[in-house]
Amino acid sequence: MSGLTRRHFGLLLGASASSLALPTYLRAQEKPRVVVIGGGPGGATVAKYVARDSAGAIDVTLINETETFTTCFFSNLYLGDFQSFDDITHDYDKLVSNYGIKKITGRAASVDREAKTVTLADGSTVPYDRLVLAPGIDIIYDSVPGYSQEAAQIAPHAWKAGPQTQLLKEKLDAVEDGQNIVMVAPPNPFRCPPGPYERISMFAHVLKKKGFTRSKIFVLDYKESFSKQALFTEGWEAHYPGMVEWYGPDVHGGVKSVDAAAGTVETDLDVFEGALLNIIPSQRAGAIAVDAGVTNEAGWVPIDENSMRSKVDDSIFVLGDASVAGDMPKSAFSANSQAKVAAINIRADLTDARAFPARYSNTCWSLIETNDGVKVGAQYEPKDGKIAAVETFISQPGEDADLRKATYEESVGWYAGIVEDVFG
Amino acid sequence: MSSRPRVRVPDTAKAGEIILIRALLSHPMESGQRRDSSGTIIPRKIVNSFTCTFNREPVFSCDLEPAISANPYFEFHAKIVKSGEFEFAWTDDDGTIYTHKHTIEVA
Repeated sequence: MSGLTRRHFGLLLGASASSLALPTYLRAQEKPRVVVIGGGPGGATVAKYVARDSAGAIDVTLINETETFTTCFFSNLYLGDFQSFDDITHDYDKLVSNYGIKKITGRAASVDREAKTVTLADGSTVPYDRLVLAPGIDIIYDSVPGYSQEAAQIAPHAWKAGPQTQLLKEKLDAVEDGQNIVMVAPPNPFRCPPGPYERISMFAHVLKKKGFTRSKIFVLDYKESFSKQALFTEGWEAHYPGMVEWYGPDVHGGVKSVDAAAGTVETDLDVFEGALLNIIPSQRAGAIAVDAGVTNEAGWVPIDENSMRSKVDDSIFVLGDASVAGDMPKSAFSANSQAKVAAINIRADLTDARAFPARYSNTCWSLIETNDGVKVGAQYEPKDGKIAAVETFISQPGEDADLRKATYEESVGWYAGIVEDVFG
Repeated sequence: MSSRPRVRVPDTAKAGEIILIRALLSHPMESGQRRDSSGTIIPRKIVNSFTCTFNREPVFSCDLEPAISANPYFEFHAKIVKSGEFEFAWTDDDGTIYTHKHTIEVA
């Protein structure tokens, strides 16, 4: 690429191809095409920003499997009765009506990188000049012995929001005093690092609110430590004394098998029984990224830290949970931030828009108990071949109640803001 | 909330084999130094001793202090020379003794 920028390269290619293939009167009307797979905080944001900021110069198609999108972020607050399911479910109507984005409800089945087309499950194909993959995660069910997609109908993972989240809520609400909950928490890397521990907090909140004193929540973790551990541990002891028992692999010795029907998780140490099992297995990039051949051995997509462009295909950008984003966690905030960097670079590729140096940011809020919010976050820049944290912050143990309340309220404000930014 | 021991000992061993024993007790280990939301001191309630015997002979024992975290976990080794029974006992401040027994066969 030296001497010739990607933008000029693309324009030259586009110009020669269209002058060969099309009569002159059509050439003027042809617009570059951007196809986005995945309508979450990464995909929907990039679709909107490309469509809006190119003011009609780029044709944008957004492919998502479902009509509406239930956010995984704040879904723990639904479990804890702080949000309704409707509160966390959003549609694409405004993206279509305000910015002229074409929305396709369907599953993208494969990508032909030579032909630059996406084939949908129904057999139709969509051509692209730039493709954005924002497919989120796939669950690796058999990474937890005994667990499967069928078992997830009894012992939900609920790590992709939607029916699984509702199933988990039903099961949580059915737990009786004296019955236990067992969570298996995943190894790194995974979507939403503080998520399992906020979820534990919401489980405990629901049990406590019902006045339960005999139920326990066991967490059998694949990791020796976890995000905001000091804050969660302090919060659990303060709000739910004796209810939560978290064990890392040095204590439980490894998860040997899950029996969803029996409600048991066997570890090397002992068998843990629960009326509710919440099994969160290992994860990898959504299947379409694997199909496109852009994933690494671990199942995630390496990207160029300056642009979110795939390291193996200049025409493909990858956002959010599916990407290897250096120091950035797999979060909605990250995906939304990455989408804006990608949108600038896509517009620079396809139009005469100017690309700016990449800057990213993220914050992960967690609610431990009513008005007891904590957060961790950072600003990021491309550095030494990756997206590197340049300024970090985290809530501290022992903060006063007013600050924790303000942190929670900040998260509620953030949710309203990001939803507007992504879907509005 | 009940305090339940969870213990991992092999069911069989060879004569002379050194085995790993792992023992966890769910217990709040309330230090007696914390205050509740109204400022009142939460009374001390800890497990203050742990013992492990084999055929009633001491294998391992120790005292526990208030600084030890909730759900104390022990991991130690024992040399097995004959078949017999391990007995584990945790003594609570309130006098309760939580026990667990495990038989091991020398093959």
